[in-house]
Amino acid sequence: MNVAWFWALSAMLTAYAVLDGYDLGVGMLSLWVARGEDQRRMAVNSIGPVWNGNEVWLLAAGGMLVVSFPRVYASGFSGFYLALMVLLWLLILRGISIEFRNQVADPLWKSLWDAGFSVSSLLVALLLGVALGNVIQGLPIGPNGYFQGSFALLLNPYSLLTGLLSVAVLAWHGANYLREKTEGSLLAKAVKWSRGLWWWTAAMVVVVTMATFIFRPNAGRNFSAHALAWAFPLLTLGGLLLGLAYRSEQRNDQAFYSSMLLIIGLMGSAMLTVFPNLLTSTVDSQYSLNIYNAASSPLALRASFIANIVGMAGVIVYSTYVHRTFRGKVRMDGGHY
Amino acid sequence: MSEAVFAHRMQFAFTVMFHYLFPILTMGLGFFIAWYSTLHLVTKDKRYLDAAQFWAKIFAINFALGVVTGIPLEFEFGTNWSRFSSFGGGVFGQMLPLEGVYAFFLESGFLGMFLAGERRVGRTLHWLSGMGVAFGSLLSGYFIVATNAWMQHPVGYELDPSGGVRLTSFWAVLLNPYAGWEYAHTINGSLLAAAFVIGGVGAFYLLSNRHLEFARLSVKTAVIAGVILALTQLFPTGDLNGASVVQYQPTKLAAMEGLFQTQKGAPLAIIGMPDTGNEDLIDPIYVPDFLSFLAYGNIHATVDGLAKYSKDLWPPVELTYYSYHIMVGLGTIFIAEMLMGLFLLWRRKLYSSRWFLWMLMLTVPFPYIANEAGWVVSEVGRQPWLVYGLLMTPAGTSTNVAAGETVFTMMGFAGIYAMLSILFLFLVARLIHQGPDKSTPAAG
Ligand code: HDD
Ligand code: HEM
Ligand code: HEM
Repeated sequence: MNVAWFWALSAMLTAYAVLDGYDLGVGMLSLWVARGEDQRRMAVNSIGPVWNGNEVWLLAAGGMLVVSFPRVYASGFSGFYLALMVLLWLLILRGISIEFRNQVADPLWKSLWDAGFSVSSLLVALLLGVALGNVIQGLPIGPNGYFQGSFALLLNPYSLLTGLLSVAVLAWHGANYLREKTEGSLLAKAVKWSRGLWWWTAAMVVVVTMATFIFRPNAGRNFSAHALAWAFPLLTLGGLLLGLAYRSEQRNDQAFYSSMLLIIGLMGSAMLTVFPNLLTSTVDSQYSLNIYNAASSPLALRASFIANIVGMAGVIVYSTYVHRTFRGKVRMDGGHY
Repeated sequence: MSEAVFAHRMQFAFTVMFHYLFPILTMGLGFFIAWYSTLHLVTKDKRYLDAAQFWAKIFAINFALGVVTGIPLEFEFGTNWSRFSSFGGGVFGQMLPLEGVYAFFLESGFLGMFLAGERRVGRTLHWLSGMGVAFGSLLSGYFIVATNAWMQHPVGYELDPSGGVRLTSFWAVLLNPYAGWEYAHTINGSLLAAAFVIGGVGAFYLLSNRHLEFARLSVKTAVIAGVILALTQLFPTGDLNGASVVQYQPTKLAAMEGLFQTQKGAPLAIIGMPDTGNEDLIDPIYVPDFLSFLAYGNIHATVDGLAKYSKDLWPPVELTYYSYHIMVGLGTIFIAEMLMGLFLLWRRKLYSSRWFLWMLMLTVPFPYIANEAGWVVSEVGRQPWLVYGLLMTPAGTSTNVAAGETVFTMMGFAGIYAMLSILFLFLVARLIHQGPDKSTPAAG
């Protein structure tokens, strides 16, 4: 059960990274790629009806963490206190930027929210990457299971690298999404950016992979123990290669899948690097919070697993339906977005 | 109480009370939008569609604010109340992901479709997505109320020898006896607030002689729904919610009523100011024996007073007492106001009685105040317990977060929320000014 929960949480977070990833990416790019009201509006409208649903993946994952591994939630969230509060402020700014932008037809009003949307998306992507980096690298967790975080502690070289990786990957992912959803001059620019960002993504993947072995020497442990674990690094590689194959404009509809595979591969590899720990202590490995010592009681794990799996099955059915309703190129006729 | 504990409490109280301003309307208005959409589907009358669409625009802005202010709360259980999460996450946390999984996905998924409009998704699907939004909003309220109910009356757990609690029954937590009436009363309060908002906007249009057809529909909806809801707010929901307090939380009951001495045939204080020093009410007006009757259905029953408990088990008496009296006082006024409206409707004077329309317009904020006051009663009245009878509030905070940090982020939230309030009021006022006329372009 503990292992199943570990993978369920990983799956939730990966789904979050794939789904909210593209709208974070669109956000980062919108200020630079989309020029003029028509293009900006097209960019925002491409994610308008879906961004909130995508963010719920993060919330649901957070809720699942509370019930499955409460000590990890308690330790991680209080330790990262200030960083998380800043993240919250950015999420607030981002949400209202998307929702308020089209409320008033005034160019100044719109440019304000366009800037808010773009800057907050960039910083959210960076912060989430930094957080993941710290989880991989480990934290100074003491015998009581807690640590005292500070910006100086969290912004270390390795985590900054993972932060940049996150920015590069999500920007590429966002560009691929725009290739699928938009038309005309915005599409042409998205194709160009997608090509350029592929190089950045590839470079960061290589750099971070090497850095991981420097900053977390035992990172390869699970990979040498289980041959199956190699599936994730292979997916990462496959995503990159497909990205190269889907560079051409004939492949606009498929490009999205290449960055999706890459993200799944990266998230899976990251999870395998830490498994079975959730938060690794850099003070003493016996203080690490792992899937056994940080877990709820067996009944709590079982009950919530069933309740959530049943619900998620329903969610997947109708969110697929919602996404299908909005499939194809964005339409600019009336409506809210 | 240490400075750090105080800072955590203030931060949580401020952010949750600000958040709650939005779900009130989301849950209430969602229902009325679904109601208008259904009427349109059945009668094909265009007025109902226009009304549904006008309210959907307001709903969208309100929803956005509910979403962005709700996310911090989900985090705060970990950031500010980490020892509480570690203590009971496996039990009270059962409900938290379910809210996301069963309700938020539904709401957010279908809201996008509903707002995309009938032309884009077709009539039936448009109606169905409206129902999805309303249902999702109402459902999300249940899970969070059930979480809160566990803090009011913990069930389905056993003590873990290594500290903390362990789940013994998922169903007991989900179907907590405290949650049922708490939820009914909360939802009823939201619906009532939405009825007041609808009526207030309708009254505004009637008074300024615009959008008359829409205005009449709104005022009529508000009065008819309002009478029913104002009454059900008192009985059965308020009364039976109170019964849970009587049964499980004697100190809260005594603080709510300002009852210091244990009494047989306890009186009900209509007004009066509690004086915790002398343990008495100042300038009270009493209804003899009535509290005993309300609490136990028997005028001779004995009701425990605060003096029976050690002072460090008392909740903050003044705040609990006044909040309770504000809520109940306003509830009584709502009943009177809505009955008046019903009378005018019957005499066919509703749309021309300017004094009543003025009143309807000006009382829009009051259900909000009553709703917030009600939460202050339940949350402050629960003190000094975080989980009633099980965990004290100071034992639940994060010790690795300094008071200074919390004060800093608190100021950040205060600034951001002040800005959000201004933007919200500006955008809603703008939509109301534009009115439900189809000739004005949709958002854009
Ligand atoms: C429009 C709003 C509104 C109005 C008019 C009333 N209430 Fe209320 N009340 C609420 C909105 C509310 C609330 C915000 O929804 C609360 C907070 C927690 C809850 O369960 O509902 C609440 C709490 C609450 C509690 C505390 C429950 C607890 O501690 O868990 C009691 C005893 C009552 N109510 C009883 C009443 C009575 C007898 C009313 C008579 C008219 C009344 N309320 C009017
Ligand atoms: C329904 C879900 C809710 C949960 C799980 C919840 C949980 C909590 C927690 C953990 C605290 C901090 C401990 C304490 O000081 O008591 C608290 C305090 C508080 N909450 Fe709630 N709350 C909920 C709903 C609300 C709502 C909707 C409001 C108001 C609109 C509210 C108002 C307050 C206030 C005012 C305090 C501070 C009490 C004090 O410091 O004396 N709560 N609540
Ligand atoms: C501590 C208490 C609370 C927490 C942790 C919390 C959490 C959240 C979160 C994370 C969201 C955003 C969901 C999204 O992205 O779609 C949200 C929205 C919402 N919440 Fe809360 N909430 C709390 C209190 C309450 C209470 C007491 C109610 C009602 C009884 C409520 C009702 C709603 C509703 C209906 C929404 C939908 C969006 C909107 O409000 O406009 N919440 N809440």
